[in-house]
Amino acid sequence: MADCFDEMRGANGEIRPAYAGLDAWLRDLEPDILEQRRQEAELLFRRIGITFAVYGEADSTERLIPFDVIPRILGAAEWDLLRRGLTQRVKAINLYLKDIYGRREILKAGLIPEDLVFQNQVFRPEMNAQKVPHDVYVHIAGIDIVRVDAKTFYVLEDNARTPSGVSYMLENREIMMRLFPDLFSRYRVAPVENYPDELLATLKSVAPDTAAADPTVVLLTPGIYNSAYFEHSFLADKLGIELVEGRDLLVKGGVVYMRTTEGPKRVDVIYRRVDDDFLDPLAFRPDSTLGVPGLMSAYQAGQVTLANAVGTGIADDKAIYSYMPEILRFYLGEEPILQNVPTWRCRDPDDLAYVLDHLPELVVKEVHGSGGYGMLVGPMADKGRIAAFRTRIEADPKNYIAQPTLALSTCPTWVERGVAPRHIDLRPFVLTGRDAVRIVPGGLTRVALQRGSLVVNSSQGGGTKDTWVLDT
Amino acid sequence: MLSRTADNIYWVARYVERADYLARILEVTLRLTALPLAYVGSTNEWESAVATAGCGKAFHARYREASEDSVKEFLAFAPSNPSSIRNCIELARTNARAVRTALTSEMWDVINGAWLELKRFDNAPGSREEFVRFLRWVQETSLRFDGSAYRTMLRSDAYWFFRLGVNIERADNTARILDTKYHLLLPAHTHVGGPLDYYQWAAILRSVSALTSYHWVYRESLKPWLIADLLMLNPKMPRSLASCYDNLVRYCDDIAEAYGRQGPAQRKARGIRTRLSNLKIDEVFQNGLHEFITEFISDNNELGGAISRQYLM
Repeated sequence: MADCFDEMRGANGEIRPAYAGLDAWLRDLEPDILEQRRQEAELLFRRIGITFAVYGEADSTERLIPFDVIPRILGAAEWDLLRRGLTQRVKAINLYLKDIYGRREILKAGLIPEDLVFQNQVFRPEMNAQKVPHDVYVHIAGIDIVRVDAKTFYVLEDNARTPSGVSYMLENREIMMRLFPDLFSRYRVAPVENYPDELLATLKSVAPDTAAADPTVVLLTPGIYNSAYFEHSFLADKLGIELVEGRDLLVKGGVVYMRTTEGPKRVDVIYRRVDDDFLDPLAFRPDSTLGVPGLMSAYQAGQVTLANAVGTGIADDKAIYSYMPEILRFYLGEEPILQNVPTWRCRDPDDLAYVLDHLPELVVKEVHGSGGYGMLVGPMADKGRIAAFRTRIEADPKNYIAQPTLALSTCPTWVERGVAPRHIDLRPFVLTGRDAVRIVPGGLTRVALQRGSLVVNSSQGGGTKDTWVLDT
Repeated sequence: MLSRTADNIYWVARYVERADYLARILEVTLRLTALPLAYVGSTNEWESAVATAGCGKAFHARYREASEDSVKEFLAFAPSNPSSIRNCIELARTNARAVRTALTSEMWDVINGAWLELKRFDNAPGSREEFVRFLRWVQETSLRFDGSAYRTMLRSDAYWFFRLGVNIERADNTARILDTKYHLLLPAHTHVGGPLDYYQWAAILRSVSALTSYHWVYRESLKPWLIADLLMLNPKMPRSLASCYDNLVRYCDDIAEAYGRQGPAQRKARGIRTRLSNLKIDEVFQNGLHEFITEFISDNNELGGAISRQYLM
């Protein structure tokens, strides 16, 4: 990874303009300050209770995500490119979903293999010919972006189901402003604090036509044992909406109500952070206690909006991912502004042969995996692991895709022995309402704290940074 | 607000109040058992503590005899007793966590801090000194929690449901003390018992923090009928049944006004208060103190049920 692009020093070691102020500030700094501030930040996070649960770890039910005190900075031109690319991509995703659950023109045109859609577990036949309010399927998208050089940003993943992490985007900024007022005096940083307002406006805009003028929006959480429960309660609080669990809702006469102290109150829009499978025991998993019996039928009758819609997994599935450039061209007649990472589809015999020949240099992913699980990072793996993965791929090639090991960009990061470059990615949040697409300038920057590591997932020891977008 | 949220808030309040009450009962029992038998009679005070806590049945399912160790363990620490002080604090914290944003951060700090601190007190009651310190700590926790609620909560339905929880629990607790000790307050008893009961009377007043108030209100030495009057009918005494019902009516009415609708809970609360305010203490004795208290406990439970059905389900 010696020749990867550093966002502060560029390829040739010259400080890039956006980072000039940061560089000067870092050089003026008393040596102990960063460690002191890091500890202060940790204390603040703990007090606010911004914790998450790691599945499979019995001992620590509430853990902190490490926070890095050095911000990641994007110039105005860089952000403008991202903003246009993200808007374009999410527009196409919504058109694609409407088509897949509707007329299926893209399948008729032969651009995507049918079995990839129909035999996919995340495809929801219940949504066939189903109209969703205002044709918006993905109201909240978290698009993962990586960078490889000064000009190239790749889309790594489209999270179109229930993307999380936005509470970190908001709290990281609050904490940075509190800890480093001096650094902020050297910069003009676009605010992110209006995200909750934008989200609420988005959710209200997609209420069903039957809803009252001021629709009732709620946030549906699986409950306090969910790993993202903090984020759910945080957002509900910021939006000023009720945080409901399945048992707080009931469906009567095809309408969804929440049980309040003043009797049943009609609910128009549900920002749900519960997966499709658990939404309604009558329609999906019958053993689910997290959902609401009858919710799906109310949804199908157009009495309530679910955000995101049911069945959006068929847009962010890793098997579909490699078709995104075609999808963009097909629906918009435009060339993608943000490129995909070059991807080999193991279902294709030629691609499979290439992948099997080059395993030590590739990243291989399970089509349905997430959170960095079920993934092979060739250059980091020993022979045994590569051999084991080869057997798995050969047994079920359809289940895998492969990508080159990207030289992810790095950003200066405070580590035990001073400031050192570490690999980063970016998850901006794209909101789509009836009226507009909204993106607050910034997002969640995740950083791989281990030297050389490319895995930024919080469940695997990644940390986060505040993300600054400048006005120049 | 969500019924579940209101329900959680109501129960947080009840559990904290109950923990406080148990701590006071245990403290008073320790005092009584430190007196020579000649002063208090040969009753088993530990047995009486279990009865006052309202869990005689559950206790005797586990222990044959009420001794200092078994009662201390059962009422304060036993995980198997759903109403032990430990369980009350844990349940209060669980309820609080589920509705964190509906409580103020000050309230969360108190209850979460208490829950963390609880781990310090092991299951073994340890020395008396340590145990007394534990009981003090429980009472301080409840004071701080109540105080934070009073100082920091918005005066809206969340606060009213919180106060309903406190007052239903408090009325129940005061009634239970009277229920266990009523025979000590009967006029006939004074002739037989005489000064023997003095310390028992004082203990009753202590268990509701009313010993000093008694002297201010009546300016007399302890008289059982006056004690009964103070604990049941005097609206100025914060733990009296009358005072609890003044509060219950007030908060029920606040809710009804905000929601624009009266219901069974309001009517029930008002009915009980009217009864309490029209009563004279000699009528209570004439018609039977025990009967009155039994009926009150059941009325109070019914109000709890009515609040639940009307708002919390």
